[in-house]
Amino acid sequence: MLSLITPLMQIIEWPMRALQRILGPRKLAWVFLLPNLFLFGFFTFLPVILNFFYATTGSDHILLEDRPYVGMRNFDELMNCTSYLDPNSCQIDLFWRAVHNTLWFIVLQVGFMVFFSMTTALILNRKIRARGFFRAVFFFPVLLSPVVVALVWKWILQDQGALNAVLDHFGLQTVNWMLSPTWAFAWSVFISVWFHMGFYTLILLAGLQSIPRDVYEAAAMDAASPWRVFRKITLPLLMPTMVVVLVLSLIKGVQTFDEVYAFTGGGPGSATTLVIQFIYQNGFAGAPRLFGLASAASILVAIVLIALTAVQLWITRRNANG
Amino acid sequence: MTAFLTRTRGRKRLHWTDWMAYAYLTLGVLLMFGPVLWLVLSSFKTERELQNYPPRLLPYVQKMETVPGYDKPLPIYKVTAGPLAGQEVAQIRRIGLISQVVKPSDPKTVLKVPFKDRKAVEHVALATSNYSKLFERFNFFRFFYNSTFITVMATLITLLVNSMAAFALSKYQFRGRGLVMALIIGTLMIPPTVVLVPLFLIVRDFGMIDSLWGVIIPGAATPTGVFLLRQYMLTIPDEILDAARMDKASEWKIYWRIILPLSAPAIAVLAILSIMWRWNDFLWPLIALQKQENFTLQLALNSFRGEFTTDWASLLAMTVLTLVPIVVVFAFLQKYIATGIASTGGK
Repeated sequence: MLSLITPLMQIIEWPMRALQRILGPRKLAWVFLLPNLFLFGFFTFLPVILNFFYATTGSDHILLEDRPYVGMRNFDELMNCTSYLDPNSCQIDLFWRAVHNTLWFIVLQVGFMVFFSMTTALILNRKIRARGFFRAVFFFPVLLSPVVVALVWKWILQDQGALNAVLDHFGLQTVNWMLSPTWAFAWSVFISVWFHMGFYTLILLAGLQSIPRDVYEAAAMDAASPWRVFRKITLPLLMPTMVVVLVLSLIKGVQTFDEVYAFTGGGPGSATTLVIQFIYQNGFAGAPRLFGLASAASILVAIVLIALTAVQLWITRRNANG
Repeated sequence: MTAFLTRTRGRKRLHWTDWMAYAYLTLGVLLMFGPVLWLVLSSFKTERELQNYPPRLLPYVQKMETVPGYDKPLPIYKVTAGPLAGQEVAQIRRIGLISQVVKPSDPKTVLKVPFKDRKAVEHVALATSNYSKLFERFNFFRFFYNSTFITVMATLITLLVNSMAAFALSKYQFRGRGLVMALIIGTLMIPPTVVLVPLFLIVRDFGMIDSLWGVIIPGAATPTGVFLLRQYMLTIPDEILDAARMDKASEWKIYWRIILPLSAPAIAVLAILSIMWRWNDFLWPLIALQKQENFTLQLALNSFRGEFTTDWASLLAMTVLTLVPIVVVFAFLQKYIATGIASTGGK
C-alpha cells in the first residue's frame, strides 16, 4: 500500500510546489481545503438548497426545469388531515401511518435502549471477571451490517424457525411472527435495540468510569447504602452522559430505515413503515416517482433533526466547558 | 476450586448481587452471540436439513457410501422394522412408499423396505453445499468485488481529503477559517437521509448513477473525519513544521512527510470507521445502484430476501460470508474500534 501512496504523493508535490510559489504558503491552506469543500458543497449544501426547489414543485420529472412550481401544495397534501391522530383521515394516509409508526418506534426503542444499556453499563462497571470479554460481547452487534442483523433475526423468527420450535417444544402456541402487524413491529423495535445497544452501553460505561473514585470512598466512609449511593452519586454525576445518549439515540431513531426495511420491508401492510421508508418509496421505489412529496417529507424530518442536533451540540459544548 | 472460581477482586465471597450480575451477563452472551452462531451453524446444513422442523442444533450430514455397480455414492439408512431390522442398507431409489435398497456387503440383491421403516444414518458434519451452490447460482464474487472496491477506494479518498482539510484547519491561520469550521459543523446537522432526492439528481448530473463512484464520492468528506483528525493534529507542535520550513520543505511535503505519519493513530481510527460505514452502507447504495451487476453484498442480500419464500440455503451462506470480514477486523482491532466509535458518536 505504502509503495503505491508514496509515488502518488510525489506526483502531487509538483503542482503543489508551483501553487505555493504563486499563492504563498498562507493561501495554500485553501488548496488543502478545496477537495473537502468541493465535496461538502456539491453533496451536502447544494442538495439542501435543491431540496426546497423539489418540495415546491410537482410532477414526476427529475430535472428541475421540467417541474412546474406548485408552491406549498406538497406540504399541504402531507398535512391535510381531519385529525392527526387518525391516519385514515389524512389525504396521504401512508405518511401519517409512517409518522405514527416512527413516533411509537422511537418511544419504545429509545426507552428500552436507555434502560438496557444503562443496566449493562452498571453491571460492567462492577468488579467482575472477564470484563473485556463481556464488554466485547455486548458491543459485537454494532459492527454487523443492518441487512445481516435483519436476516439473522428473520431466520430465527420465520414460521418454521428456531423460536417457534422452542415454543412448540414447551407446548406453547406458535406464532407466524412476520405476518402479524403487532409482532412484526415489536420485533422491529427489539432487533433495533439489540443492534444498537452496545454503542450506548460503551458511552455510558465511559461516563461511569469517569466518576472520581474518591466520591465513592467518601460515601463508603459514611456507610451509605448501595441504593443511596446510586441515587445520590452515580445518577446525578452520570446525568450529562445520559442526556447525550438520549439525544443521540433520538437523532438516530428518527432516521431508522436500514434494519427495519431489510427485516420487514415495511410490512405486513404498512405496520412497520417508518418515515424514511416513506421518503424512499415515494422518491425512488414507487412508479410515479413523487419527488416533490418525498422532498417535502424530508424537509419536515430535517426540521426535527436540526432541532435535536442543536440540542446535542449545546449539551456537548456545555459539558465540555464544565 | 470453587473458592477460586467464586473469588472476586477485593471481596472474600460473592454477594448475591454478583450472582445476579453474572446471570445477566450470561444471558447477554446467549442473546448477543446465540442468534449469529445459530445462523452460522444453519449455513452449514444441507438444503433438506434446513427444511426439517423442528430444526436440530447441529448440522448433520447423511452417511454416503459407494457401492460397487452404482455410479454415485448412495445414502445409507438403518432399517428399524421387518426382517432386516438393525441393519444398514444403501438406498437406490424410492418408489412411492417402498424404498429399493441393497446391502453394501451384497450389492447384487435388490431388497424392498417400506419407506417408514428406515431411518437415515447421520453424523455431525459441516455441509459446504450451500456455499458451493452460492458460487454457482449467484455472481457472488462480483458483489464481493463491488463491496471491496467501494470500501477501499472510499476509505483512501476519505483519509486523503479529510486529512488535507484537517491540516489546513489546524496548522494555518487564515481569514475565513472560522467560517469554514462553522460550515463543517453545519454539515453535521444534515444527514444524507434528508437530502436523498436532490442528491440523486446531482449524482446523476455527474453521470455517476449506477456506477460504484456514485456511492464512493458523495460520502467521501465527513465532518466526523475532519474533526477527529484536526483535534489530533492540534497536538502536534508547530516547531516541527517551522524546522522543516527552514530546511526548505514545501508545504505539501510537510503535510505528507511529517503531519500524516505523526497523525497515524487518528488516521487509523478514521480508517476503521470508514471501512465499517462503507462495508455496511445500505440506503444510499440502494438508491444509487440499480443494475444487479453493480450491487454491493448488502444490496444483493436484501434483494434475495423475498417476503414469503426465500432461498434460505444460499442466503444463509451469503450472510455468513458478508459478516466474516467485519468479524475478522473486529477480532483484531476491537479496542480501537470501541474507542473510535465512542469518541466520535458513531457517525
